[in-house]
Amino acid sequence: MRDNSTVAVHDPALLHHFAEPQQQRDAASLGMWVFLATEVMFFGGLFCAYLVYRRWYFGDFAAASKSINMWLGATNTAVLICSSLTVVLAVWAAQTARRTLLIGSLVLTMLLGFAFLGIKGIEYRDKFVEHHVPGASFSFEHEEIPGHPGQYANPQHAQIFFSLYFVMTGLHALHMIIGLGIFLWLLIMAWKGRFTPEWHTPIEIGGLYWHFVDIVWIYLFPLLYLIDRHK
Amino acid sequence: MSAHSTSSPLKMYFAVFAALLVGTALTVFAARLDLGPFNAPVALGIATVKATLVALFFMHVWHASEKLTKLVVISALFFFLLLLGLTMSDYATRLWS
Amino acid sequence: MSMPSAMTQPPIPQAAERENYLNKEYGAWSWLFTTDHKRIALLYLISITFFFFIGGFFALLIRLELLTPAGDLVQADTYNKLFTMHGMVMVFFFLIPSIPAVLGNFLVPLMIGAKDLAFPKINLFSWYLYIIGGVMMMHCMLTGGVDTGWTFYAPFSTNFTNTKIVEAGLAIFVAGFSSILTGLNFVVTIHRMRAPGMTWSRLPLFIWAHYATSIIQLLGTPVIAVTIVLVAAERALHLGIFDPKLGGDPVLFQHLFWFYSHPAVYIMILPAMGVVTEIIACFSRKRIFGYSFVAFSSIAIAVFGFLVWAHHMFVAGISVYSALVFSFLSYAVALPSAIKVFNWTATLYKGSIHYDAPMLYAFGFLGLFTIGGLTGLFLAALGIDVHVTDTYFVVAHFHYIMVGGAVMGYLGGMHFWWPKISGRLYPEGWARLAALIVFIGFNLTFFPQFLLGYMGMPRRYYDYSHMPEFQVLNVLSTAGATVLGVGYLLPMVYFLWSMRYGKPASDNPWNAAGLEWKTTSPPTTFNFDEEPVVTWEAYNYEELDAPHKEEVPVAR
Repeated sequence: MRDNSTVAVHDPALLHHFAEPQQQRDAASLGMWVFLATEVMFFGGLFCAYLVYRRWYFGDFAAASKSINMWLGATNTAVLICSSLTVVLAVWAAQTARRTLLIGSLVLTMLLGFAFLGIKGIEYRDKFVEHHVPGASFSFEHEEIPGHPGQYANPQHAQIFFSLYFVMTGLHALHMIIGLGIFLWLLIMAWKGRFTPEWHTPIEIGGLYWHFVDIVWIYLFPLLYLIDRHK
Repeated sequence: MSAHSTSSPLKMYFAVFAALLVGTALTVFAARLDLGPFNAPVALGIATVKATLVALFFMHVWHASEKLTKLVVISALFFFLLLLGLTMSDYATRLWS
Repeated sequence: MSMPSAMTQPPIPQAAERENYLNKEYGAWSWLFTTDHKRIALLYLISITFFFFIGGFFALLIRLELLTPAGDLVQADTYNKLFTMHGMVMVFFFLIPSIPAVLGNFLVPLMIGAKDLAFPKINLFSWYLYIIGGVMMMHCMLTGGVDTGWTFYAPFSTNFTNTKIVEAGLAIFVAGFSSILTGLNFVVTIHRMRAPGMTWSRLPLFIWAHYATSIIQLLGTPVIAVTIVLVAAERALHLGIFDPKLGGDPVLFQHLFWFYSHPAVYIMILPAMGVVTEIIACFSRKRIFGYSFVAFSSIAIAVFGFLVWAHHMFVAGISVYSALVFSFLSYAVALPSAIKVFNWTATLYKGSIHYDAPMLYAFGFLGLFTIGGLTGLFLAALGIDVHVTDTYFVVAHFHYIMVGGAVMGYLGGMHFWWPKISGRLYPEGWARLAALIVFIGFNLTFFPQFLLGYMGMPRRYYDYSHMPEFQVLNVLSTAGATVLGVGYLLPMVYFLWSMRYGKPASDNPWNAAGLEWKTTSPPTTFNFDEEPVVTWEAYNYEELDAPHKEEVPVAR
C-alpha cells in the first residue's frame, strides 16, 4: 500500500494531496474540460437569444450583417486558426523538450492574439463611426434589406443584431484577453525553464482554453458576418 | 496525457490546419452563392466540421485515453442543444393556433 | 446489537486534545488562508448562517406585515423589496451553497478516502468569491435594495425600476461563479481521487447526490450568469433585447432565467436527499433499498431537471403546444424523486428504527418533501396552474420543498455529522425538542398558505384588505413562523454550547457505515493516517451490527 508519509523519490511538482503525478495531471485536464463545458453554456445563452431574434427579424439581421466587414471577419478567423496551430506546436515542443520552438510558438500565439484584437478594434471603430453602436446615438436608417429592393430594415431590430454582435464578440474578446494573460504567464514560465517533457500541464490546459476560444469564433463568424451575403 | 510518437503529430497538425483554412475559404465562397434555404445549414455545417477538427485533433479528444473527456464534451453539447431546442419549441409554435 | 445512539458510547479520554484539523494551527491567518477542505467548510458554515439570519429577518418582516389585511407596517415599495431580498438572499446565499459548501466540502474527500479535494486553492477561492458576492449583496440591500422579486423579470428590471438591479445582479453573478467552482471541484474529485477499492457502486449515495448536484451547478449557472450580463447591458444601454417597445421579447428573459433557476431548485434538494439517505440507512441499521435506483435517480433528476423550466411560464405567453410539452416533462421529472421516496420507505421497512435527532429530521423531510413534491404535480397540470399560479399555493409548494425538505435535510445532516466535525456531542434531548418545534412551526407556517393560495390570495401582495377573510390563516402562518424561528435558534445555541461543554465524541458515535467514521472525530488535517483500501460494499450495517464483529483494521 502506498505510504504517503515517506519523502522518498518524489516529484517536486507533485502536490501533497495527490498520490501520483499522473493523477494530478488527469485532475488538471478534467478540471479544464469541465470548465470549458461551463463556458459552452455561458456563450450558449447568447447563441439562444441570437437564434430567437434571427428567426424573427431575418431581413433586418441580414441588412445589419451586410454592414459589418466580412473580410476582416474572415481574416480574423484565419488568424485564430493559425494561433491554434502555434498552440499545438507549443504543446508538442514542451513534450519533446524543444525550448526554442516552445518559446517561439508561445510568442507567435500571443502575437496572433494581439492581431485578432487589433482587427477587432478596427471593426469596432468602424461601427462607432457609422453609428451602429447600440444606445443613444444608434442610427440605421435607409438600409435596404438584401434581396428586397425598396424595403428598408427596421432600425430597432437592427439594433438587436448589433447588441448581440457587440455582446457576443465582446465577451469573446474578453476571453481572448484572459487567454493572452494566461499565455504571458506560460511564456514567463517557459522562459524560466519550468516545463519538462514530464511536466508541462499548464501548457496543455492553457492550450485547451485557447482552442475553445477559437471554436467559439468559428461559429460566431458565419452567424454574424455571413447572413444572406449572396443577395 | 497518453504518449504518442513525436513525428506523426506534426503531419496531422499541419493537415488539420490546412483543412481549417480551406474550410474558412469555403465558408466565405459558399456564402456568396445562392443556395436557397441551404446557405445557413451549409455555413453551420462547415463550422461544425472545423470545430470538430479542432476538438478532435488540436484538443486531442481523438486520442483521449479516457471516455470521460468525450462524455464531458458530449454532455456540454447536449445541454446546449437542449437550451436551444426547447426554447425554440416555444418560438417555433407560437403562431400555430 | 450495536446502538447508534451517541448517548451511550463509552467516555473518551482527552480525544479532543489530539492534533486535529481544528487545533493544528491557531489564528485568523491560518483560517483565512487555509486550503483544508474541512476548515473551508466551517468558513462557509459561518457565512451561510449569517445570511440565513438576514433572509430570515426579511421573512419576519413579511409575516408581520401580513398579520393584518391592510398594508400598515411598510409601504408597497418597501414590501416589494422585502420579498425580493428574502428570496435573493435565501436562494443564492443560503440554500444553494448550504449543504454542498458545508457538508459536501467537509465530507466528500473523507467519504471517498482522499486527503483533500482535487483543487484546494480553488476551493478557498470559491469561498472568497462567495464572500465578495455577499458583501456586494449586503451593500446593495443597505443602500436601497431591489424590488423586482428574486426573479427580476424584464422589462420591469431592465426599463422601469430604479432600484439597484445591476449591483444585485453582479453579486449573484459572483456568487454563481463560486457555485460553479464548487461543482467543478466535486466532479473532478469524485472522478479522480477515490481511494483504492472505492468503486462507483461502493460510493455513499451522499456522493452520488453531490455529483448530480455538481452537474447542475456547472451547466446551469453559466446561463443565468450571461442573462445577468444581458440585463445589465440592457439597463445601461437600452439595447432592446428584452424590451417589447424595441422589438425585444420579455419572455426570452424568462426562458434564459428559468433555464438555470429551475435546475437550481434541484441544486437545493439533491444534497438534502443525499443526507437523508445516509441518515435513514444508519438509523434503520439497514443498507439502502435499491442502491442503484437511488444512485441513478439522482443523475436522472439532474438531467430531467433541465427539461422542465417553462412550467414557470405557463401563463407568460408561451405557445400552448410548448406548454403541453413542458407540462408532460414536469410530470416525468417527478418520477426519480418518487423512486427515492419509495426506496427510503422500503429501507425503513423492517429496519431497527432509532429516533435520534438526525432521524427525526429525516422523517420530517420524508413527509414534507412528499407533500411539496405532490403539490408540484398539481402545478404541472396546466388547468390547475392557471388557477393557482402567482398565488400562495405556489409559495407553499416551494417552501415545503426548500424549507420542509432542504433545510430539514441540512439540519439533519448537521446533527448527524456534528460529532465528526466538532469532536463533540450535541445534547440529544434539546435536539429532539428542537426538531419537533421546527416540524410544528413549519407546518403551522406553510400549510395555511396552501389553503390561502387555493382560495385565491395572490403572492407578493402587501395588502389583502379586499379579502379580509384571509386574515385568520395569515395570522396562523405568522404564529407558525415565530415557532419555526425558535426551532432554528435552538440548534445554533446548543451547537455552540457543545463546542465547549459537549461530551467528546468517539470516532464513530453512531456506529455508522462510511469512511468518514473510520477516522478520528474531528479528523486530522490530512484525514487519514494511511490511505484506506476499500473492500466492502456501502451501508454494510449487517457487518457493523454483527455480534462478534471484527472491525476491518484500518490504521488511524
